[in-house]
Amino acid sequence: MKTWTTTALALIAATGLAAPASAVDLEFYFPVAVGGDAAGIIERLTQDYMDENPGVTIDAIYTGSYADTTTRAITAARGGNPPHLAILLSVDMFAMIDEDIVEPWDPYLTEQEIEEWIGGFYPAFLRNSQFEGQTWGIPFQRSTPVMYWNKEAFEAAGLDPERPPETWDEMVEMGRTLTVRDEAGNVTQWGVRIPSSGFPSWLFTGLVASAGQDGLASDDGTEVFFDTPEVLEALEYLVSLSTEHGIMQPGIIDWGATPRAFMDGESAIAWTTTGNLANIRANAPFEFGVAMLPANVRRGAPTGGGNFYLFSGHSEEETRAAIDFVKWATAPEQAARWSIETGYVAPRPDTWETEAMRAYAAEVPGAVVARDQLEFAVPELATWEGPRITQILNDNIQAAIVGDKTPAQALADAQREADAILAAYR
Amino acid sequence: MQPTADIDPRTRPLAGAAPAETAAPARRGWRLRREWVQAWLLLAPALILLFAFTHLPAIQTVIDSFWSTPRGRRPAAFVGLANYARLLEDPIFIRAMVNNAIYAAITIPASIALALVMALFVHGRLFGLGFVRMAYFTPTVLPLIAVANIWLFFYLPGIGLFDQIRGIFGLPARNWVGQPATALYAVMMVTIWSQAGFFMIFYLAALQTIPQSLREAAALEGASRWTFFRRVTWPLIMPTTLFISVNATINAFRTVDHIFVMTQGGPNNASMLLLYYIYEQGFRFWDTAYAATLTVVMVTILAVVGIGQFFLLDRRTHYR
Repeated sequence: MKTWTTTALALIAATGLAAPASAVDLEFYFPVAVGGDAAGIIERLTQDYMDENPGVTIDAIYTGSYADTTTRAITAARGGNPPHLAILLSVDMFAMIDEDIVEPWDPYLTEQEIEEWIGGFYPAFLRNSQFEGQTWGIPFQRSTPVMYWNKEAFEAAGLDPERPPETWDEMVEMGRTLTVRDEAGNVTQWGVRIPSSGFPSWLFTGLVASAGQDGLASDDGTEVFFDTPEVLEALEYLVSLSTEHGIMQPGIIDWGATPRAFMDGESAIAWTTTGNLANIRANAPFEFGVAMLPANVRRGAPTGGGNFYLFSGHSEEETRAAIDFVKWATAPEQAARWSIETGYVAPRPDTWETEAMRAYAAEVPGAVVARDQLEFAVPELATWEGPRITQILNDNIQAAIVGDKTPAQALADAQREADAILAAYR
Repeated sequence: MQPTADIDPRTRPLAGAAPAETAAPARRGWRLRREWVQAWLLLAPALILLFAFTHLPAIQTVIDSFWSTPRGRRPAAFVGLANYARLLEDPIFIRAMVNNAIYAAITIPASIALALVMALFVHGRLFGLGFVRMAYFTPTVLPLIAVANIWLFFYLPGIGLFDQIRGIFGLPARNWVGQPATALYAVMMVTIWSQAGFFMIFYLAALQTIPQSLREAAALEGASRWTFFRRVTWPLIMPTTLFISVNATINAFRTVDHIFVMTQGGPNNASMLLLYYIYEQGFRFWDTAYAATLTVVMVTILAVVGIGQFFLLDRRTHYR
């Protein structure tokens, strides 16, 4: 197909019938992980780029969820037909390197570009994007968890509706006041909701950071720190919310139903991603606020979301064209538009300087909370064999929540199992 | 062998003998050979598809299970039975096997029983018969993913349908899919609910083929309705039961869509099923060799169960 196009173009060029000599076709896989019209927005972005750059055709292919997109990109690369670009989870970096299907960006950039462009992203986002001194992912579709609180429920409980809990202890205290029971003793409104289905390790990383530990893994992805006192404190706190304090629904709490549960008044405080901001803003029947995650010894939250990856196996001309598109997409104007329309956190400070972004920040204060929280952000858990290691931690967090294991036992097991796998990479 | 006028195509040598034969059989042989070619050409499209997309991958899977997983920087190495040894020491695999056994042991008889009861109910004369039949069949036409999302909201602690009903009676909220004790059973409910209607259709068709004269004869003999069901209806619909039970068995191992939506195998693998585990190993952890090993185990189980069912139930099945 590609050779056919090239031949056809060569023929056209040879006969002198227009067609710029630098015409390139690019393939770009992107996932949609939040509600709203993210797919439409990406397509409009690529269309605008093509209008400005008539020599380049970008085929933006919607490839399902993050997991589906990773599957598809790896399968395509193994089949010898990789895309030029894909947005994949930032934590998939080690898996992509291990598969040997992506390239670092640095060799294609000048010193100045590395300093100004790469250096212009929030450092919190770059920590999951660099390895051995090179940049493997360009932050784009990034998010961070925040705390939503129901102002009406706060008021009804006699709390100041404008003051969310600032610390772990405050969250427990306020949570007690906010937990409402009927005469039979059944809970009609929970104080707090920290979802734990699917990938509990993400929100849990926020607790770990607040407990004072800088993430759960070393930056080179070969060591995990699951059995430290800080992590134990975080897990004990999470478990105690339902067992000891009775302010959170016992058992595993569904991630997907969290916005709905919050809007239905099932819980007065909910932790979830900034990606749900647009949905809750549009549908919550009450006044709500958005705050940073509460602090313990410090403030803390993980980063999350997706980066642009550059796939190997293409001509230098095509790769350079792909890089040019990413530069354009992360430039202030475009990034601002992307952030405003999706709710993702704009990944560069210069984006927040644009007029559109200033107006948005004034209108939606929650968006600024996510940005300001980046100062305290730690990397999401990323290691070699990342999905497997993350699953080990997820299983053990869940085991502690449902009472199959004590927190100490769960974390010791997680550390042991993870070490057995990571030993091969040290 | 003397060439004769009426060669049996089954014993006729395919090629090589032609020069010795007389003209007439040779022509006939040519014609037969042409029929063979035509037959193969007609079969070719289906065969090629079947081999390319079913048989070759199946063989490749068995081969892959004896090799390690290739990574970009490390090619696959022959590891013999190491992947199988790993299975036996993998607690999550054992958990998945136990879960799958419970899952099959409950969903198969429950779906069949429910389907039969529904079929018997809508077989007779009933006001609004068409509506009831349609209502029973509706779950089948809904995609399982959609069904699972609906049920997830039924199960939501506190605000879900079940807890609202429990609330009327003053019962406390329960986290149905979020507790290891109930998660697997909550998922099973969805399976039974979604497949019973489909099986009902087969029972309904079977019931309608039972001649009215048998019913009349039984009535003359003074047989009770229960005796008639046990002695006449049940044996006569046995082929359908066999068919349905094979299908239900396959479904018990094959459909995990609702696991993706409802529990992702959690909490702590309490609702992990074999196929979901294969997916997780193959497409989340990219451990394709181990996924291939698990697949071999699953296909073996399905083959043994399927063949066993045919032989065991066949003896007690009355075909007309």
